[in-house]
Amino acid sequence: MRIFLEIWRQRSAADEGGFVRYDVPDVTEHMSFLEMLDVLNRRLVEAGDPPVAFDSDCREGICGMCGFLVNGQPHGPLRNATICQTHMRHFADGDMLRLEPWRAAAFPVLRDLCVDRGALDRIIASGGYVTVRTGSAPEANAIPVPKEAADRAMEAAACIGCGACVAACPNASAALFTGSKVTHLGVLPQGQAERRRRVVSMTEQARAEGFGHCTTIGACSRVCPAGIQLEVIARMNRDWLIAALSRREEEEPVAIAPRSSPMRFYEQAPPKTQR
Amino acid sequence: MATNPDALSPARPTAPAPDARIPDGPLDQKWKRRRFEMKLVNPANKRRYRIIVVGTGLAGGAAAASLGELGYEVLSFCIQDSPRRAHSIAAQGGINAAKNYQNDGDSVERLFYDTVKGGDFRSREANVYRLAELSLNIIDQCAAQGVPFAREYGGMLANRSFGGALVSRTFYARGQTGQQLLLGAYQALARQTAAGTVTQYPRAEMLELVVVDGRARGIVVRDLVTGRVGSFAAHAVVLATGGYGNVFFLSTNAKNSNATAIWRAHRKGALFANPCYTQIHPTCIPRAGAYQSKLTLMSESLRNDGRVWVPKRPGDARRPEEIPDSDRDYYLERMYPTYGNLAPRDISSRAAKTVCDEGRGVGPGGLGVYLDFRDAFARLGRRVLDERYGNLFEMYERITGDDPHVAPMRIYPAVHYTMGGLWVDYDLMSTIPGLFVAGEANFSDHGANRLGASALMQGLADGYFIVPYTVGDYLAHGGIAKLDEGHAAFRDAERDVAERTRRLLGVGGRKPVDDFHRELGELLWEDCGMARSRESLTRALERIPRIEEAFWRDLRVTGTGEELNQELERAGRVADYFELARLMCWDALQRNESAGGHFRVEHQTPEGEAARNDAEYAHVSAWEWRGPGEEPVLHKEPLRFEHVPLQQRSYK
Ligand SMILES: Cc1cc2nc3c(=O)[nH]c(=O)nc-3n(C[C@H](O)[C@H](O)[C@H](O)COP(=O)(O)OP(=O)(O)OC[C@H]3O[C@@H](n4cnc5c(N)ncnc54)[C@H](O)[C@@H]3O)c2cc1C
Ligand code: FES
Repeated sequence: MRIFLEIWRQRSAADEGGFVRYDVPDVTEHMSFLEMLDVLNRRLVEAGDPPVAFDSDCREGICGMCGFLVNGQPHGPLRNATICQTHMRHFADGDMLRLEPWRAAAFPVLRDLCVDRGALDRIIASGGYVTVRTGSAPEANAIPVPKEAADRAMEAAACIGCGACVAACPNASAALFTGSKVTHLGVLPQGQAERRRRVVSMTEQARAEGFGHCTTIGACSRVCPAGIQLEVIARMNRDWLIAALSRREEEEPVAIAPRSSPMRFYEQAPPKTQR
Repeated sequence: MATNPDALSPARPTAPAPDARIPDGPLDQKWKRRRFEMKLVNPANKRRYRIIVVGTGLAGGAAAASLGELGYEVLSFCIQDSPRRAHSIAAQGGINAAKNYQNDGDSVERLFYDTVKGGDFRSREANVYRLAELSLNIIDQCAAQGVPFAREYGGMLANRSFGGALVSRTFYARGQTGQQLLLGAYQALARQTAAGTVTQYPRAEMLELVVVDGRARGIVVRDLVTGRVGSFAAHAVVLATGGYGNVFFLSTNAKNSNATAIWRAHRKGALFANPCYTQIHPTCIPRAGAYQSKLTLMSESLRNDGRVWVPKRPGDARRPEEIPDSDRDYYLERMYPTYGNLAPRDISSRAAKTVCDEGRGVGPGGLGVYLDFRDAFARLGRRVLDERYGNLFEMYERITGDDPHVAPMRIYPAVHYTMGGLWVDYDLMSTIPGLFVAGEANFSDHGANRLGASALMQGLADGYFIVPYTVGDYLAHGGIAKLDEGHAAFRDAERDVAERTRRLLGVGGRKPVDDFHRELGELLWEDCGMARSRESLTRALERIPRIEEAFWRDLRVTGTGEELNQELERAGRVADYFELARLMCWDALQRNESAGGHFRVEHQTPEGEAARNDAEYAHVSAWEWRGPGEEPVLHKEPLRFEHVPLQQRSYK
């Protein structure tokens, strides 16, 4: 089959971008979407043109590295699938597809379809963990976890951190992402000690990163490749409310590294300390 | 490099054996004793020590987080845009631990025994015993972090069985065990990032190791976004950069998995052990076409309930559902009645190749066998199976367009894991003082074949429970001079990196890098894959340099070095693969026996099983780099088996 593409090309964060049209005549239905782009890139390189930059790693739908908009849809038309797991049999001969990077203020474009999602890492760093030092854990079966809680935690923990939820949201909110971690740890006995503090610092960090507020539109959950349900946002809101009402003055959320721009480490002078 | 195999007789004099520094004393006291003998770093001084950890998979993530907790200044590097995306995330099946929660007779001793035997007696007893001991702590640690392991209704941890074991000791989180364990380590790492002990450098690739006065003192890194190259100095360097299966081009590894970090360290003096031991996984989705970019694994936990078969008659064109049991050959159950579908990976993979070579393979090109759940659906029902394997079934259907509830899966072996890696001593230190190697990147615990669910265990044992102690001991011994990135060694290393980049960009040929990589991979798969022979290996050693020459003559890398340039990244990795591929073949040629994942057709039992030669090859082959195109030098570390008597592996 033959596919026509309109791809966002942008050389770097500092450059202007724009759409460029391509024609891929030799597509087969068993190719994955990214393999179709590999085929395009191979031709571009042979012609001496810069290939389209896009992120991918596992190509199995689990690492969360891939992702862009296909005709405005995060990860393309297939429900509960990443773009690396979407095969060309879901498209028709002659289709015209427009590919563009995640669009959100908190995700600056680095090149073509690649964006900087460091903001999501900083949300986790602000509290998305259980504080337990290596070697200090009790015997694993000492704390029973009801199967329902374990299953619910697993469902929420399945988030792959790809950012599709943010890209789908008209407010560019990271509520589904944040809520999934709050829920994962919040339903487990191991996560109780820091439950209130966690929800406050994580939501605070998300706001500081420039993600918008959740107005329960639900677009995030519809495009989530891991099938995370809106329920995680409701849980986060409830935990937040309880935490806010019972918050003590001295319990300020932990400060986290300042929101960084897409500027990279060598734009500052390399470290020069005596070692 | 000479290719005359007769120059490689085992009687040939070799260089001195590297010292594994295994502690004295009874097996179950060695690690305790080692830990007690370690020197400790004064807590007040810890933050003055800087430790570089390259890689954020299970091994690197766990090590960086734990070292940060101890108070060291840790710099953590990875290629992906976030530490959470390291290749470990893709592990599906589970992680072993000798908890004996099932009360089915498991113990540290049994896990130790199974691992030594599964590795076909080519691993170090002392290391494996420690691994089995630490398996207990790993599960405790991960459960406390909130890893949502599968549970029984009473709230206790659930287990499943895995290939190569008769007990049920595998812990799992749906089919996403690697993801959940990695997120646990990543969250611990994130906590240390917030605490200021760990600095993260994502989208960064280590391109050179810097050695000063014989010690590992830093790395040269390329920022993958801006292309800038710069240096980081430290007191110790930990490489946790994963395996090198992608040398085959097609493998189940993530696209960014590569060998450059360990290969650069090898060229700087770290011995490379057992490069020929590669694991071919029996249950992967067969390749669909020439454009195939990677292969997808179907967790072998599926073999618990699925039955593997091919038609008895070659060329049987009926649809699988139409073939009655009497016309099916459940060949694993037939050949290995005790272990059946759970026979170890190397054995299952070779059996699949054998039946396909007989013309009984199924699917396009005859390169596939069936993995059938018909009986399990009848016995357990759809709900139970979907609970166990739901996401794997979905994944299969998504990729192939076929529903495993209706027709059997088609599977075929694919390159999956590399047992070889940088040589390390008991402390996981390489032959370069101050350079530690953890996880799949080292050669340590799996011998010639790794058992399922043991890589996650090893990565976390190394990262949480070994490296944090042994690095401290190294630092506490002192003698590490003060230096910074201004040292001439860093300037030289940066210059080498810049020169290599300039060369790759300047070839000015016509072909993209993947073309050369595919060609190399196909050659290795044919000649140094599931079955090897003196003839195939000699041929490969002649042909690899020709592909390499063509690469340096006809490669085209577009763009510049000062930008995000994925072609350039790949080209650098492939350039290193040529040298690594030669060492793999060289090692395979030298090892005149079959052991685990290394199957030499000249050395098999009358039943077609791997025939070891313990008299001459019960050793680790650790290779020393002597320069491009030069013959490597072999260092043999003898292996002694005092607790598990040497025996022919049998899974019948
Ligand atoms: C599909 C699949 C399923 C598996 N399932 C299981 C299972 O069920 N059970 C089991 O026990 N094992 C399993 N394994 C094996 C196991 O997942 C791996 O062996 C293990 O995760 C390796 O972990 P690691 O920490 O050593 O390295 P990795 O997770 O590979 O991490 C390597 C890290 O190093 C970084 N890196 C590499 N080179 C550089 C460089 N030059 N500069 C900077 N950073 C670099 C990468 O960015 C990455 O962060 C599976 C493997 C595969 C492929
Ligand atoms: S590449 Fe890993 S999820 Fe798509």
